[in-house]
Amino acid sequence: MRKADKTIISLLVALVLLLATSPVLPKWFSFLIAISLAEGLVTLGLVVLKRAGLISFGQGLYYCLGGYAVGIVGQYGGISNALALILCALVVGGLVSALVGLLLCRYRDIFFAMLTLAFSMILYGVLANTASLGSTDGFGVVPIGFFGWHPASQRLGLVVYLLICVLAVGSAMLVHRYFSAGMGWAGEAIRENEIRVEYLGISPQKILYFKYIVAALLAALGGALAAFASGHVDPNMAYWTTSGDFVFMMLLGGSANVAAPFIGAFIFEVIRTFAFDFVPYTWHMILGIVLLLIILFQPNGLWALFSKLSKKKAGVV
Amino acid sequence: MDTLLVVLIDGIVYASWLFVVAAGLTLIYGVMKILNMAHGSLYAIGAYTAASLVGWYFAAGYVPWASYLVFIGGATVVGVAAGVLVERGVLRLMYGSDEVVMILVTYAILLILEDLTKLVWGVDSYYSYQPYSLLGQTNIAHIPFANYDLAMVGVAGLIGLLLWYGLNRTRRGKILRAVIHDREMSSAMGINVTRTYIITFMIGSALGAIAGGLTAPTLSVAPGLGIEVIILAFAVVVIGGLGSVGGAAFGSLLVGIGRAAAVQAFPQIELLVIYVIMAMVLAIRPQGLFVAAAARKI
Repeated sequence: MRKADKTIISLLVALVLLLATSPVLPKWFSFLIAISLAEGLVTLGLVVLKRAGLISFGQGLYYCLGGYAVGIVGQYGGISNALALILCALVVGGLVSALVGLLLCRYRDIFFAMLTLAFSMILYGVLANTASLGSTDGFGVVPIGFFGWHPASQRLGLVVYLLICVLAVGSAMLVHRYFSAGMGWAGEAIRENEIRVEYLGISPQKILYFKYIVAALLAALGGALAAFASGHVDPNMAYWTTSGDFVFMMLLGGSANVAAPFIGAFIFEVIRTFAFDFVPYTWHMILGIVLLLIILFQPNGLWALFSKLSKKKAGVV
Repeated sequence: MDTLLVVLIDGIVYASWLFVVAAGLTLIYGVMKILNMAHGSLYAIGAYTAASLVGWYFAAGYVPWASYLVFIGGATVVGVAAGVLVERGVLRLMYGSDEVVMILVTYAILLILEDLTKLVWGVDSYYSYQPYSLLGQTNIAHIPFANYDLAMVGVAGLIGLLLWYGLNRTRRGKILRAVIHDREMSSAMGINVTRTYIITFMIGSALGAIAGGLTAPTLSVAPGLGIEVIILAFAVVVIGGLGSVGGAAFGSLLVGIGRAAAVQAFPQIELLVIYVIMAMVLAIRPQGLFVAAAARKI
């Protein structure tokens, strides 16, 4: 029998823990977890790209598209079924990324980073100037339901929390499967040496195109879930500082494991919550210093620290 | 006809301002291969310094004409100082990392500087319109233009000329170009690359701060100023080709006039135009207009 995958088991345990503790968690804390899981999905998309050597400074594009797709379809299409709304977000994110990706997967390094940034700023510009969608203020998202069942408003938070937990862990498992498959490993090969990959008869272009779409779908899903959780969408979701936050989360967590981006996102949200309360004027400074320290001393993120410890315990070192 | 004139002059004024910001950014990239995101913060620091100096100067009631010297000089000094601090304090530790990692490093510096300016100058807006109104207006074909804006074109032209002369006609410029071309080889030939880096970063930062200082009298200086600028400068530099000063000049003109035309024709897509131009240029020439494509290396 094949040895059971440790990551899959850990993820399942995490899911059970998240679901089981939901009734006792204070409301603000479960909101914090829900938002960080949604943002962790976007960051997971960044990890997919990072493993292939690409850094996107514009993942906010799909985060925002996902959120707005949910908002617009809910508001004007009269649909409140959460699963249908998520499907809309995925379709929009998938279509746009399939189109934009055709152009983007020809670029690497700085150019990829700057072009993704430019595309997300285009969306920001469009949304911020669209008065019918609330311009820079954005608009509210309708409360969700499931196939005719509409949870009462005081229980809605809990339902959204459960939905986000299940979808986030489910996506993490899928991406983990993808990472262990041949096409997943091909990303690392491309990062190491793209031309050699070509010589082996694999098209880096096609692989990166696929990865770009996967990252976009994850970001759109994250955006849709974040819109459910906060009940509001605004153009800031596409602003480049939002994308910068995702990059920060990815570096903080690391890219060695699918759980790392979620941990990065969670720590980021905790820092943000407390920094806003205690040091509202210097919270960016704290972020900047932490980022510098990570790049200097822990370039593989906190996950590397974690795996080093567990290796030491096992006596491998 | 009038609209065309307005578009042209507004476009050129905007382009000159963009050029001063972008020239510093592209110079730093050319020599050090660092896409400096903190450039916008240096711009903001320059603007704040200039605004406070103007406020102080006019409150004290000295000769108004000398104020230009004071606020531009002040911005330059602060820009140079901040540049040295950033280079020696942080960037020095990171040399040799990937270009993408360097973006993240400068992003961190941007975050830190952004809050530092808030700590020093607070979150209120600063107004320093005196140098702007002092110069009066000129009518071109019965349309009034502020002389300050027109002078800006001259200043940008001067800076461009100085940069060109410095890079192409002086010994130090030759050394700089040697480092741009091949850092390791120049180092082997006995060029002090570290010193070249410091000087480049100083000049680049000073240019950013000067651009900020020059803009301060034309608007209210408020938090978030630097962040808007850096994206614009990126677009300009990428259009022209990273590391090319001539490219930055051309990119500024393209973006400046494109934006001015959009403001007249479709004001709601003002911001959009810049990115559309950038995306179009990159789709056709990924390396930018003024840089030759690099060969692929195994």
